[in-house]
Amino acid sequence: MVSTISSPRPAAASGPSADPGKKSEARELSFYYGSFNALKNISMPIFEKKVTALIGPSGCGKSTFLRCFNRMHDLYPGNRYQGQIMLYPDNTNILGREVDPIEVRMRISMVFQKPNPFPKSIYENVAYGLRVRGERKRAMLDDKVEEALRGAALWDEVKDRMRDLAYNLSGGQQQRLCIARALATDPEILLFDEPTSALDPIATASIEQLITDLKEKVTILIVTHNMQQAARVSDYTAYMYLGELIEFGATDSIFIKPRNKQTEDYITGRFG
Amino acid sequence: MGAPTNIGEIRALIAAHKRWDVIFSVIGMAALMVGVLTFAALFIEMIVNGAERLSWDFFTNFPSRKPEQAGILSAWVGSTLVMIVTALVAVPLGVGAGVYLEEYAPRNWITDLIEINVTNLAGIPSIVYGLLALGLFIYGFGLGQSILTAGLTLALLILPVVIVATREAIRSIPGVIREGAYALGATKWQTTSDHILPYSLPGIMTGVIIGMARAIGETAPVITIGALTFIAFLPPAPVTEAFPFLSFEWIMSPFTVMPIQMFNWTSRPEAAFHHNAAAAGLVLVVMTLSMNALAIYLRYRLRKNIKW
Repeated sequence: MVSTISSPRPAAASGPSADPGKKSEARELSFYYGSFNALKNISMPIFEKKVTALIGPSGCGKSTFLRCFNRMHDLYPGNRYQGQIMLYPDNTNILGREVDPIEVRMRISMVFQKPNPFPKSIYENVAYGLRVRGERKRAMLDDKVEEALRGAALWDEVKDRMRDLAYNLSGGQQQRLCIARALATDPEILLFDEPTSALDPIATASIEQLITDLKEKVTILIVTHNMQQAARVSDYTAYMYLGELIEFGATDSIFIKPRNKQTEDYITGRFG
Repeated sequence: MGAPTNIGEIRALIAAHKRWDVIFSVIGMAALMVGVLTFAALFIEMIVNGAERLSWDFFTNFPSRKPEQAGILSAWVGSTLVMIVTALVAVPLGVGAGVYLEEYAPRNWITDLIEINVTNLAGIPSIVYGLLALGLFIYGFGLGQSILTAGLTLALLILPVVIVATREAIRSIPGVIREGAYALGATKWQTTSDHILPYSLPGIMTGVIIGMARAIGETAPVITIGALTFIAFLPPAPVTEAFPFLSFEWIMSPFTVMPIQMFNWTSRPEAAFHHNAAAAGLVLVVMTLSMNALAIYLRYRLRKNIKW
């Protein structure tokens, strides 16, 4: 399955840890909320410019796993990581103590479950990531904002109302705005945490189309509780249960002939 | 008697239960009226007694031995200046402390202890703040019986109100907004200054104004620190004709405030002074009410753009 990936072998990488096509990789990752062991020894690759879906029943740890990738857990006391998440091609362990979580978040963006635009204008929402990075040049900001909004398929709908409050947009538009906000800073990986669970079917379809389009440019990791969605948008799927990774593989093979009985039960709806 | 079996019994049972709705409505209404009517009675009495004294002269005259010439000029100017100092001190300290406690402080027993302390501070009798100020600001720092001392004292008094309001306002910001900012790579300070503070501003301003409305009516601590009861001059003007055009002499000036002026007039034997007291009380109540109205307006105005 790796052979289908066309990205060039990174020059700086070396050894087996840097197989061509791997953008990131969890290595024996465990995670604890206080004394609760929420993730147990997870190892899996994230392939470059592919969509990887995390599925599993509520409480299986899929969101917890996703939020390790931008060190969101660092915001709250009592959380602890064990193991590594490698980011390629520079071989950075993003969970490393010496790595600043802010640096990680500048490289890996996130889109949340519920659209969470800031109570600011459409323009300022998209520009915020750039402002955080110290970008002040108006022309530069304008260009980047337009590019991100086009990337999120929202430009045509909002180009005449950039000063409007983001709250005046519909739910689906707000979520695409949040995607534009995450895209504006050219992230290496885009994390989606159940991005359509608060949206109606039409808005959901547009977000799914967008995710499919976006994988040309960026590596995507998406948590979803909707198995049809996983089957529709993803190239790889990981099935998790009770904090463990039960099965990982190409989406086609996971959905058509899962190796594991538990995965099969979940996918066919007998469980979960 | 067991559970009802036929429709007649069920209806009787519901009717019996509903009687309690009526009984509670009556009790609740009565309790509410005690407060509303008391305030209305006080307010009307002040209008009846004081309305005749309300004139332009009343606001522009100094106190006098002749009740018909006496006015509240030094009192309202004093109250205004003290409030300015109070706001300038209480807002940065209170908002800073609130933001620190909510956004920066680690969660441990020291923070818990501080939180309990802050909450309890709000319940300390105001006279105790007066004693503290007398010992600390006047004898300790030698600030004298000045506007500065009064402003600092009242600032301490409303500090807990401002801190609690700040924290409540910050807590009402949904976690996903905060996470959204952090997820874009913002630091704690960027998140605080670009998001947390602006979004909690309506709540903070409301808290500040309500605190100020409380402070403007405070008498005990201001008497304790030695505000004058009879004062026939104004503090030096803050703007001067000569360079550097700004003067801060007023801050060290002796002063009086509205409630003290009122207190002074009520304690006189002549009935005419009691009318003055009622008029001054009316002005004070209107000042307080308009501050509360401003708080409500600002809250409405600033929250219009924030929906969560």
